[in-house]
Amino acid sequence: MEARQHTDRHYDAELKDLHMKILEMGGFVEKQIANAIRALVNRDDDVARTTIDADHTVNRMDVDIDDLCIRLLALRQPAAKDLRLITTALKITTDLERIGDMAVNLCERTLELNQEPLLKPLIDIPRMAEVAQAMLRESLDSFVREDVELALKVCRDDDFIDQLNGQLFRELSSFMVERPQTIGRAIRLLFVAKYIERIADHATNIAEMVIYMVKGKSIRHMNHVPPSI
Amino acid sequence: MANKLEVVGLNAWFGSNQALKDINLIIPDGAVTAIIGPSGCGKSTFIRCLNRMHEVVPGARVSGQVLLDGANIYGPGIDPVQVRAKVGMVFQRPNPFPTMSIFDNAAAGLRLNGVRQSRSSLAKVVERSLRQAALWDEVKDSLHASGVSISGGQQQRLCIARALAVEPEVILMDEPCSALDPIATTKIEALIYELKQKYTIVIVTHSMQQAARVSDFTAFMYLGRLVEFGPTDKLFTTPEKKETEDYITGRFG
Repeated sequence: MEARQHTDRHYDAELKDLHMKILEMGGFVEKQIANAIRALVNRDDDVARTTIDADHTVNRMDVDIDDLCIRLLALRQPAAKDLRLITTALKITTDLERIGDMAVNLCERTLELNQEPLLKPLIDIPRMAEVAQAMLRESLDSFVREDVELALKVCRDDDFIDQLNGQLFRELSSFMVERPQTIGRAIRLLFVAKYIERIADHATNIAEMVIYMVKGKSIRHMNHVPPSI
Repeated sequence: MANKLEVVGLNAWFGSNQALKDINLIIPDGAVTAIIGPSGCGKSTFIRCLNRMHEVVPGARVSGQVLLDGANIYGPGIDPVQVRAKVGMVFQRPNPFPTMSIFDNAAAGLRLNGVRQSRSSLAKVVERSLRQAALWDEVKDSLHASGVSISGGQQQRLCIARALAVEPEVILMDEPCSALDPIATTKIEALIYELKQKYTIVIVTHSMQQAARVSDFTAFMYLGRLVEFGPTDKLFTTPEKKETEDYITGRFG
């Protein structure tokens, strides 16, 4: 990806370090989401609690990356591609931190849901989670490989998540109408779906920033994902 | 934005060494255009071609056209002195005439151009130029002190005032801040911002940050060629050419 090195090797090392830190944080957040979904599906309180406890690591990584970016901006006065990498990193880290918060929220709902019997077998939610996790993984891969095509695919996949979310909303609404005693659990599951939908949104933000980083073009806030850049 | 200068197929040589190779560029009116590039890329030679200063070097020659408001400054019968009155220049090192007072330095261009005028109208021009150069308040009580008795930053503004006194249309600046401290640099940069309301400015600078701060358009030159020209914000965030990208991000040499 980096065609040639900076004349100042220390600068190169710092940018490489930034790259590594983003990947490290991305990997950790992926693991947090995977654990949160595992806790939900297996109704596992222990995994939910350890996942909640691990969130401080995500927060620390967020602060570390911000500090590094601010230092690079102040001391290196980056331009062009380097500038786009650093500003992208600042935004990606915010999205990753929010995804980390979603993992915590998922675990909190899981702990509540585990107090009562299962409302219904979980089918759509794990499916949705699978797609959202793939989107997160692919958004990070697109960052590493500077792969605009893959980033565009992530943006497109977001529509599917929104569809599943709408479907779940209708299904859970009918549960609540028919059996008011399920309302508490149904609402928690709606929250769960919402959190997963938010994860996909943050993954989409990351993919959009990758497109900006590589091409210098913003596709954010467009009604439709362009077929190519 | 109208075109102030249009450079068409410009080549320049020092003896047999070609310093500029087929430069084509439009310099917009009332804007600051920065020329950046590594040492020896031809940027100083380029701006010296814009007011026929290149040809004063023995063995130097030029081919191609430079159109100032549509008229070729290298056309037949064009007096280079008249060109230089319209296209003024400020150099890297402040170079006020050391034997002249501040007043006489500011008035030097008018006197050398043989413009005859009364002491009072000359004083008006001197005051106007010194005000435009943001120097008046600092020197108004010592106009008869030597031009080199003031600080380097003030001397550079005096040179800008000297250039402004003859009411040029274009001001060329060849690394005007490279011999100045950061505060004096900031003053010159603020001055450039003021001056572009009235003048077209072309500035050569080694500082990419300075180009980014002061210019509306930036040209990147390398090995005597123009590699890329465009709006400054575009060039510093999303340059088109790889050589530009490498240079502005510090991946060179």
